[in-house]
Amino acid sequence: MGGTSSKLPKDLLSEYQELTFLTKQEILLAHKIFSELQGGENGPYSSRVSMQKILTLPELKANPFRKRLCHVFSTSDMKDGSLNFEDFLDLLSAFSDSATLEIKSHYAFRIFDFDDDGTLDARDLEKLVNCLTGETDNTRLTAEEMRQLISNILEESDIDKDGTVNLSEFQHVISRSPDFVSSFKIVL
Amino acid sequence: AASEDGEDEDEDDEPPKGRRAANKKKAAQADEEDSDDDIPQRRCNEAVNHLMFCLSGDDSKSDEEEESMSEGEMAKLMEEVEEKKKLIANIRNKPWRMRRRLKVLKEAQQFVDKFEGALGKGKGRKLYAYKVMMMKKWIKFQRDFENFRTSCIPWERKIKEVESHFGSSVASYFIFLRWMYGMNLVLFSLTFGLVVIPEVLMGLPYGSIPRKTVPRDEQATAMDYSVLMDFNGYCKYSVLFYGYYNNQRTIGLLKFRLPLSYLLVGIGTFGYSLMVVIRTMAKNADVGGGDGEDNEFTFAWKMFTSWDYLIGNAETADNKYASITTSFKESIVDEQENQKDENIHLRRFLRVLANFLITCTLGGSGYLIYFVVKRSQEFANMDNLSWYEKNELEIIMSLLGLVGPMLFETIAELEEYHPRIALKWQLGRIFALFLGNLYTFLLALFDEVNSKLEEEDSIKNASIWFVKEYYANYSANNPNDTGTPPPIDPADIIRGPCWETTVGIEFVKLTISDIQVTYLTILIGDFLRALIVRFLNYCWCWDLEAGWPSYGEFDISGNVLGLVFNQGMIWMGAFYAPGLLGINVLRLLTSMYYQCWAVMACNVPHERVFKASKSNNFYMGLLLLILFLSLLPVVYTIMSLPPSFDCGPFSGKERMFDVIMETIDLDLPAFMGTLFGYVANPGLIIPAVLLMVLAIYYLNSVSEAYKNANMELKKKMQMVSILCVQVHNNCPGACDSSARPQGTWTSTWPTRARQGSRATP
Repeated sequence: MGGTSSKLPKDLLSEYQELTFLTKQEILLAHKIFSELQGGENGPYSSRVSMQKILTLPELKANPFRKRLCHVFSTSDMKDGSLNFEDFLDLLSAFSDSATLEIKSHYAFRIFDFDDDGTLDARDLEKLVNCLTGETDNTRLTAEEMRQLISNILEESDIDKDGTVNLSEFQHVISRSPDFVSSFKIVL
Repeated sequence: AASEDGEDEDEDDEPPKGRRAANKKKAAQADEEDSDDDIPQRRCNEAVNHLMFCLSGDDSKSDEEEESMSEGEMAKLMEEVEEKKKLIANIRNKPWRMRRRLKVLKEAQQFVDKFEGALGKGKGRKLYAYKVMMMKKWIKFQRDFENFRTSCIPWERKIKEVESHFGSSVASYFIFLRWMYGMNLVLFSLTFGLVVIPEVLMGLPYGSIPRKTVPRDEQATAMDYSVLMDFNGYCKYSVLFYGYYNNQRTIGLLKFRLPLSYLLVGIGTFGYSLMVVIRTMAKNADVGGGDGEDNEFTFAWKMFTSWDYLIGNAETADNKYASITTSFKESIVDEQENQKDENIHLRRFLRVLANFLITCTLGGSGYLIYFVVKRSQEFANMDNLSWYEKNELEIIMSLLGLVGPMLFETIAELEEYHPRIALKWQLGRIFALFLGNLYTFLLALFDEVNSKLEEEDSIKNASIWFVKEYYANYSANNPNDTGTPPPIDPADIIRGPCWETTVGIEFVKLTISDIQVTYLTILIGDFLRALIVRFLNYCWCWDLEAGWPSYGEFDISGNVLGLVFNQGMIWMGAFYAPGLLGINVLRLLTSMYYQCWAVMACNVPHERVFKASKSNNFYMGLLLLILFLSLLPVVYTIMSLPPSFDCGPFSGKERMFDVIMETIDLDLPAFMGTLFGYVANPGLIIPAVLLMVLAIYYLNSVSEAYKNANMELKKKMQMVSILCVQVHNNCPGACDSSARPQGTWTSTWPTRARQGSRATP
């Protein structure tokens, strides 16, 4: 067994409290869980945890966007979705109860942007719908329904009529929703 | 960078020049990257030039060599420090990555630390340093307090477990329950601390005066379990009920004014509840963005906000997938089917029929309750009653509360509404049922109160006559004894009917039976059912789990309405039975554990998931309505019914609120009395009410104007973007992508905009 449960230094702890929306207990809990994930890693104490390990967390296991979450919050150069502790804290902070609507909508946009081009076009929306309706065949939508749905969505949210939803249009739509802040929440 | 170095050369040649230059470069870099900061580089460097050599850290120059700063420079520096401080406070709102935020935070903190020290030198430095230290301590204290406060919130783990299995709508019930518990705890501590404890500690003990003693004829049975269960016997003559409290104006060494405190706490209960409910409603409305046009973004919202990130359970996730798919398909079909109307006349007829049936049911249940209350009054005069006859009223009311909603649901099958609309109708009807029941109960209770008031007159005379008789007989029988006759034993004095205690007892009995029925329903309806389905499935012909009856789903709306109405009863009864609040606190506490266990052990996640978010304000609105409706009877009795002559803290007065008049006359200085007299003048109150009505009208029209302005702006925005698209189409290349509004995207990835790469940062 590689890693011991190292303690988080106090000054780092207070800095993280300044920089995130998490309380002290939440940061300590995140550190404990992150250390457990690292502890099973073979080899030396590496600061990054691979995506497969992150996806074993019960809070993320059932989430259809779990892979996108890892990719969005990862700062790894290899683009493999691995997270270090600070990325993990970023994730928890954005999904915490006290995060502002701007932060949440910002990250939601990036999660839904499957091809990372800065806008949500029809392909992104189609992938999004397929994620939401599950993987089994009897829950997927037919091609006709999909087309209808996407055209309805673009009609509602695309203000400048360029066929894609950019960040400001997305934030405009989301800011009026009463459900968004309460459903966009992950608690360890 | 070169020019900065040049300016540096002008100063004294300092050994740590490299470090200073490096520091300045870092500061300059930070300025460049932080496009959100607009600290002019030049000002920053000026300040750095002036002060860097004073603050070289470990190998510090002594104080004599510090330059005195001019006032202007001081002010500029203070401004920069303030800006950096603001940056530190708001840094978590910026959607940057942690590395960048850490870097910016460290630099900003270094800057602030260095220059705050510098600003401290010079005149008033001690005061400034003290202020800075207090501010730091205050911020730390605030943060610690926030941490402590969040750790004090109970049941977080439990609710989180329920959330991950059942989604946020079921968990919203438990959050509501926890909120109610908090409110009731505050009300209970208010009542307990200001009314019950003073009476117990400083008032007269049990048995000293008639109102605190069990009457002679009841003493034989006062300790019996059945009598105590009915809240007679020793229960009736205890701090739980109104009748126990003495009407002495001041009690004890502290001269505590108990009657005044009793009245003010009673009113204060409503005031506090009102404040808390309205504050929560305002907070919900703020977050939710109001009702507005809720059909505006149906599809987009379904797409972007329907997934509940708290779900951590595979079975719930599957259910959620299914329900999202269904809702997508439904809304697509809805759009296409909006014009279809199949046999609208039949549907209308069926709906009218359904409403008629339901009105009949409501009327029938109201009459049934009235009838049962009348019967219970007759029973009160009889002896040897069976258990059923004694508790008939409570049983009937609870049964109606159970059977009514089921009946409404069956009748509503006729109506064929969209499920969301059907849910709203169902909630409205259940609300009407409960309200009707409650008010019928109250009316019947008032009949009883009035009859008791009539009885009181005759008993008052009888009681006075009895005392006179006693003394006359005593003197007649003991002619030798010239001293005062011994006082009558309190247990022997004839008692008045004390209608307030009766009312209190009725409410307490109702609450207790409500609790029993709720817990039994959960035990039988959910737990027993789950046991049967699980274990009988092995030897049954059809699949019990998949078909009927299967496991139960958690009935959110039924439970929330039950909670709301229970609270209404508590509010009504708390004035007459101070102990009721304690009973309710215990009830909510046990409810939390019991229902959490029941939900996890016996229920399955919903098949159709309805977002309960807007319902949050709906339930708060119901609570507010119930609060007002509970306020009415209590205020009516305070204002117009005369209090009993021999029990309670207001005995002997004409009206209960006479206590306030008495206090104003006797305890407050004279001018306050005249002041209150003027304020209570109708000539002043009517203009005040008119002013408030005008203010409401004005605010309403202002908000209408804002809505219109909003619409105009939206239309303008659409026109501008259409024009832009037309220009883009007609003259390709006329407006490049950098001119298009991309929101805050470009500012957070300056490197991307410059490099034009598609790599994720």
